[in-house]
Amino acid sequence: MAVKSLIETVTVGAGGATSIEFAAIPQDGVDLVLKVSARRDAASPGIELTFNSDATDYSHRTLRGITPNVSSISGTGNAYFILFANLSTNTANTFSSNALTISNYASSAAKSMSLDVVYENNAEFGYQSIAAGLWNDTAAITSLQLVPQSGNFVQYSTASLYKIKYD
Amino acid sequence: MADVPVKIVVDLSKPKGERESIIPLTKAEIAERDAMAVQAEAERVEQEAAAQALLDLKASAKAKLIAGEALTAEEAETLVI
Repeated sequence: MAVKSLIETVTVGAGGATSIEFAAIPQDGVDLVLKVSARRDAASPGIELTFNSDATDYSHRTLRGITPNVSSISGTGNAYFILFANLSTNTANTFSSNALTISNYASSAAKSMSLDVVYENNAEFGYQSIAAGLWNDTAAITSLQLVPQSGNFVQYSTASLYKIKYD
Repeated sequence: MADVPVKIVVDLSKPKGERESIIPLTKAEIAERDAMAVQAEAERVEQEAAAQALLDLKASAKAKLIAGEALTAEEAETLVI
C-alpha cells in the first residue's frame, strides 16, 4: 500500500519571494510529489526547477495545449526543468496548478519525473501540458530549488512537498 | 514585493515551525537574477519567433496546395510526419 505524507507546505508572504528552496529532504521515502500553485509579478510563466542546485542534465518531452493550438516540444542537456506560474497579466488572484512526481528520488539511478500543469486566463487562454522529465544524475535528491525565470512569486503562491512510501 | 528581494529556504532537518527562513538576497544574487531575467526574455522572444515562423510556413504551404502551386522544400517539410 502506498502511503503519501506531507513533508512541508510553504506559502509566500505579503512581500513576495524570488525563490523557494526545500533543503535537507528526508531520504526515507521512495517517490516525491511536488505541488506548486503559483503566480508571478512578471509576464512570463516559467519556473526553473533544479535538484541539489545542479544546473546540468535535465531533459523533457512535453505535449502541450496552448489556446488554440496543440504542439510538442523537447529538450536535452538543459540547466533546469520547467514548471509554470500564472502571469501578472492573467485574471486577478488566479494561480497555476503543477503536479510533479519524482520516482526513486533517493536512489542512485537517474531520476525520472512526470508533470501535469494548467494555467489559464479568464476563459480566453489556457495552457495545459503533460511532460516526461529526466534528471540524468545518480545523486540522491536532497534539495530542490524553484526560481522564476523573471520577476517573483507573489503572495499566496504555495509549494507543497510530499513523500510516498510503499508497505 | 519587498524593497530588498528575499528568498524562502525551508530546512527540513529542523522541527516543524522552525523550518522556514526568509533571507534577503545578496548583491551578487540580485545581479545574477537580473542577468537570468534578460536571458529568459531573450529565449522567450526567440521561441515565439520560431513558433510564428513555423505557423507562417504551414500557412504558406496550405495556400500553395489549395492553389495547386509548387511547394518549397522547407514548406513540404512542415507537412511530412
